[in-house]
Amino acid sequence: MIQYEKFTLDNGLRVLVHQDESTPMAVVNVIYDVGARDESPDKTGFAHLFEHLMFGGSINIPLYDEPLQVAGGENNAFTTNDITNYYCQLPAENIETAFWLESDRMLNLAFDKKSLEVQRKVVCEEFKEHYINKPYGDVWHKMRELAYSKHPYRWMTIGKELKHVEDATLQDVKDFFQKHYTPINAILVVAGNVTTADIKILAEKWFGPIPPGTKYDRNLPVEPVQTAPRSVEIKSNVPIDALYKSWHICSRLDERYYVTDLITEILSGGGSSRLFQALVKEKQLFSNIECSHSGSTDAGLLTIEGKLVKGVAMKDAEAAIMSEIDTLLQNGITEKELQKVKNKTESMLAFEDMSVMSRATNLAMYELLGDAELINTELSKYQAVTTAELLKESKAIFNDNNCNTLYYYSNN
Amino acid sequence: MPKVENYMLNRTKAPHIKDAIEFNLHLKPYEKFVLDNGVEVYAINAGAQDVLQMEMVFYAGNSFEKSNAVAAATNYMLKNGTSSKTAFEINEHFEYHGAYCNRSCQNETASISLHTLSKHLSVLLPVIKEMITDSVFLEEELAIYKQNSKQKLSVSLQKCDFVANRLIDAYLFGEQHPYGKYIVAEDFDALTTGQLKHHFQQYYLNGHCVIFVAGKLPANLFETVNKQFGKLAIKPGKPQIINNATPAEIKKYRVANDPNGVQGAIRIARPFPNRLHPDFIKMMVLNTLFGGYFGSRLMDNIREDKGYTYGIHSYVQSHFQDTALLISTEAGKDVAEATVEEIYKEMKVLREELVDEEELLLVRNYLIGNILGDLDGPFHIIGRWKNIILNNLDEKYFYDSVNMIKTIPAEELKELANKYLQPEDFYELVVI
Repeated sequence: MIQYEKFTLDNGLRVLVHQDESTPMAVVNVIYDVGARDESPDKTGFAHLFEHLMFGGSINIPLYDEPLQVAGGENNAFTTNDITNYYCQLPAENIETAFWLESDRMLNLAFDKKSLEVQRKVVCEEFKEHYINKPYGDVWHKMRELAYSKHPYRWMTIGKELKHVEDATLQDVKDFFQKHYTPINAILVVAGNVTTADIKILAEKWFGPIPPGTKYDRNLPVEPVQTAPRSVEIKSNVPIDALYKSWHICSRLDERYYVTDLITEILSGGGSSRLFQALVKEKQLFSNIECSHSGSTDAGLLTIEGKLVKGVAMKDAEAAIMSEIDTLLQNGITEKELQKVKNKTESMLAFEDMSVMSRATNLAMYELLGDAELINTELSKYQAVTTAELLKESKAIFNDNNCNTLYYYSNN
Repeated sequence: MPKVENYMLNRTKAPHIKDAIEFNLHLKPYEKFVLDNGVEVYAINAGAQDVLQMEMVFYAGNSFEKSNAVAAATNYMLKNGTSSKTAFEINEHFEYHGAYCNRSCQNETASISLHTLSKHLSVLLPVIKEMITDSVFLEEELAIYKQNSKQKLSVSLQKCDFVANRLIDAYLFGEQHPYGKYIVAEDFDALTTGQLKHHFQQYYLNGHCVIFVAGKLPANLFETVNKQFGKLAIKPGKPQIINNATPAEIKKYRVANDPNGVQGAIRIARPFPNRLHPDFIKMMVLNTLFGGYFGSRLMDNIREDKGYTYGIHSYVQSHFQDTALLISTEAGKDVAEATVEEIYKEMKVLREELVDEEELLLVRNYLIGNILGDLDGPFHIIGRWKNIILNNLDEKYFYDSVNMIKTIPAEELKELANKYLQPEDFYELVVI
């Protein structure tokens, strides 16, 4: 059970405090309700580029990192298609430094021209390192375009193309900031060796005076139900053929989310999972195979991906995956198998909770989803899943008309 | 704790801080048990969650193999079948209890580790015992391992960073040295179950072992562990390992790996002594300043000023024996050579100019804050101890490091830079 207290400042900033006296440290986590899905299709990659610019100096403080490091702290940030999250960890006695820094960059940025120029280049190098200069690096770019026709999950967080990042202007940066980086669109979580009374004082002092901003109401195009299978073939300079199949699944807040998560565990979570045992060990058609889901806020994808053993034909590999899925749909799963994936989930959640940082980030994420209390109710939702529900949801997901296939062929 | 001040908020003024160097760092002592066969168990009992991790470290790493790839294959296949359980059954047993059993193989050591809810420990240890005493190394299992490892290698070889990491180690230590050798596809082809069985017999079944446990530990931990492992033929201590490096004569390399590459993997490296040398902990501070954290000179210049790369780092490789100081980055193809030049420029500045007190205090505070954060929780604490114990050090090393971070003067850092940051001593490699 993770204890926390919650209060809201007059400007709408929600604050959560989680006390843990066993650590000398404190974590300050600020989440903004904006991600790559909020970008316009001709300016993709912007939410992430913006995350870089948040370190380029704020209105009253020229440098973000240095004062934090002087206070013995460390920080980082990440952007997804749904959210942007900033976190720092420092000795609890120096926590006010984090309030000073985080509140100033929520108040206003310096909008430094050089910072924009440099970070555009840095992000382009990040783009190259992870998505261009790497075998199979373009897979998710292609799969998103195939599976989504309307919803902005069509593009990756890093952006659709380098050019969008290169073309970003200072005016774009300012507009984005005004729209999204305001107290009303943010959540602050403080965790570690702190008390709620002290955090209230600090939050009022540093964040209280910031104007609330306007609540951003998201009105994203809904992805229409897919009605026919889709596929695309890629030929590329990679050593081995690979196969990727993605099916649309429910959104994060849907009750079926927990069933879906367990389906991926049944299929590929570990050495005793179905796909690994059947296709890597017994039939030896794949050298590796994974099943995962995107975990996104809006309706996401469940993906099975694997690299084919040299000499195996693509159609045989695909048929073998489908045959495993058929077995699942015909016979369902046993109580023992279900218990196994529930046990795995239980221990995974326990390990996750060991770090203060992870507790802080999860509290922020759940609060943004609608209710921080989800952090304490997740496990019981997993435990309530039945074999019948699992079978029913598998049938809904693994429908041919719901499937997107990417055949990735080696040129060699 | 802070009080509300009744004057206007001045956002340009930093709040008062306690310098991290004023913090007293304390490394929680371990408890030590000795099993009936003499094998040592180091334990940290702490944490709020009912979880624990146990690691059995064997001296069974690459240094001991008679031919390439044997140590890693043996270690991997510990989970692939015993005389009474198939690979599937072993995996299912751990997974059914929500536990994770992993293997890893390094240069000197090779480990089996277990992460589990504390309540399941006693049903999981007997299977670990089976794995380290009764693994059977079946032909079919090895065939799958060979095939899949070769496929994975062929993908990795397309990546400039992977290729660069292999080559720079080979230049530094020589291809015959455990730190410098690397695996090629033919090494996998040549593996036999006989080699694996032999390695297993010598280095696991009758090998040198040390055990680390951390988390919320059951009261009968010692009895439980002793019951499973106390009667085995494993023994305490470590075998002697001496390897002589045969570094390459040529210092500069440019390698074309991928005709469509858009980035160059840059590695610049020189030999450096191990932890037992007095310069090692001093270098911790100089290296941080140079390229060891986000605010480092290299990061500041090459990423934050020039935008040549997404990230650049320097570090001392973690080896038991003599090791290496290394600078590593992936930079745009067109700016790779300019990046190399900037790296040498930053070395020159460190050799010629004293670091000012402000920057030095920042680095000290950062490092102390970092250690403080890293002492959070039983898994981190045992990680520190493991490093100390396997390197034949004691807690003095920890407190000496902390003291060095707090006190090393700028002049000494400059001397250190003059000793170790001389361009002619470095190997230089760019792989595109």
